[in-house]
Amino acid sequence: MQKEALSKGFIYLLLILGSLLMLLPFIWMISTSLKAANEVMIMPPKWIPTDIQWGNYIKAWFSAPFAMYSVNSVIVLVASTIGELITTILAAYAFSRINFYGRDIIFSILLGTMMVPGEVLLIPNFVTLSNLGWIDHYQALIVPWLASVFSIFLLRQFFLSIPKELSFAAKIDGCSDFRFLWSVMVPLAKPALITIAILKAIGSWNAFMWPLIVTSSENMRTLPVGLIAFSTDTGTKYELLMAASSMIILPMIILYIVLQKYIMEGVARAGIKG
Amino acid sequence: MNDKPTMKKTIKAILYLIPALLIIGTFSFYPIIKSFFMSFYTDYDYFKDLVFARGLDNYIFIFQDPEFWKSIQNTMIFVIGVVPLSIIISLVIATFLNQKIKFRGLFRTIYFIPFVTSVVAVSIVWRWIFHSQYGVLNYALGFLGISPIKWLSDPDWAMPSLIILAIWKGLGYNIIIFLSGLQNIDKQYYLAARIDGAGAWERFKNITVPLLSSTTFFISIVSIINSFKVFDEVFALFGGQPGPAGSAETIVYYIYNKFYGEWNFGVASAAAYVLLFIIFIFTLIQLYVGKKKVNY
Repeated sequence: MQKEALSKGFIYLLLILGSLLMLLPFIWMISTSLKAANEVMIMPPKWIPTDIQWGNYIKAWFSAPFAMYSVNSVIVLVASTIGELITTILAAYAFSRINFYGRDIIFSILLGTMMVPGEVLLIPNFVTLSNLGWIDHYQALIVPWLASVFSIFLLRQFFLSIPKELSFAAKIDGCSDFRFLWSVMVPLAKPALITIAILKAIGSWNAFMWPLIVTSSENMRTLPVGLIAFSTDTGTKYELLMAASSMIILPMIILYIVLQKYIMEGVARAGIKG
Repeated sequence: MNDKPTMKKTIKAILYLIPALLIIGTFSFYPIIKSFFMSFYTDYDYFKDLVFARGLDNYIFIFQDPEFWKSIQNTMIFVIGVVPLSIIISLVIATFLNQKIKFRGLFRTIYFIPFVTSVVAVSIVWRWIFHSQYGVLNYALGFLGISPIKWLSDPDWAMPSLIILAIWKGLGYNIIIFLSGLQNIDKQYYLAARIDGAGAWERFKNITVPLLSSTTFFISIVSIINSFKVFDEVFALFGGQPGPAGSAETIVYYIYNKFYGEWNFGVASAAAYVLLFIIFIFTLIQLYVGKKKVNY
């Protein structure tokens, strides 16, 4: 029994140490972001600022067009999440409830595209968007991301678990397929849809390579691309850099803490199904 | 109700599928094929879609380009540095979290936080942590008597820095997958082992590890594939450069540089197809072994 308690203590110790290692970068970020400039570059480092400088956030916000970057990031996030939900709901319905010619072949081809790394698609997509005249416009940031095979797959699995008898009953009552989908299936699939939406929102907010390539003017940049530009301009003013980084990191951490049940579920399910 | 495919159903299905297929077709399916062809274009005008010459030159070029081999080598070092360590650490943490402990949910939440944060923003935070003169990491190492390391400016330390950042960032994902795998193991096994007097390490070694092998295998493949695609971390950690003296140039950085830095679309496409080929091999292994492992 004593040995048991000892090993429990050991487990707690390691878990707490590990958690600290996970959290310290964020604590250090926030601590630095609140320091006066002369307290940043000192040895030994100071964890708690003597004088809390909330002004750093305002200073960082106004030293680059962060308002613009945020608006862009929010527009892209909202538009691509809503768009993806719509295309996903329609496609998942067809794959789970309509038996049509070529269904299994089309579905396998879609799953096949999932294995291809996005980097392979970069160049042709850039050319396509240039020819459409969409480079450096919102369309380039949004349209390619309006559908996702992974989401279709996830929702199709969920739709398959809804009993078919439900749709027979609705049909007898004279409900059209389309209405049935939106008024019965969609509300039932709410957990899966929240999972899809939240994973998409996080991905969109944090996306870097694609916005870097398809935006050229300053006022089309999203937050991560803007932050990189800011970091090149600011150099070593770490208190401002950390304040700017916090502004990108904290919204997603808050979203995650509120909706973590759905995120964990999505990640775990994706993991099991592969 | 009979459920056979009919023409009428097919038309209806197409209407439902049009939006998704249009997007996936244009931005995923077409470019897979297009970039394969592009990798053979040696003389071309992309924007007018004119091709004057085709050939193997792009592939010959990259395979003779020392920078390309260097990027492959760096990517391999990254994969070898990240994957095994990350798996071992996350397996241990997941096993701990699967015990009867307090604050389990809180711990899980904390370990997963880095995963939801912006790679770019977090890399900039790490840039500050790795600061050779005023960084907290060197300060902490100072207590162990280790003299300051030039993490980001010494070519020998660029890859280790990248690996540390990547392990920290990806741990939470692996832990969640391991936890869901652990929850599928029947508790009876542990109970029986306890009755037989097996200790914690023996239970871990003889029950957890073998019964978790398919999860471990899945995580390994996913981690390997993702590690081959590392880019954002490199770009943000070294301020747009591939590390000091190109010491952290990865395959994707090479592709990016050929494409967006030098506008050499043909060479970039060829390099992208080499990456696709490498990832394809790992995917095949996953499918092949995955199928075999289902039925125990």
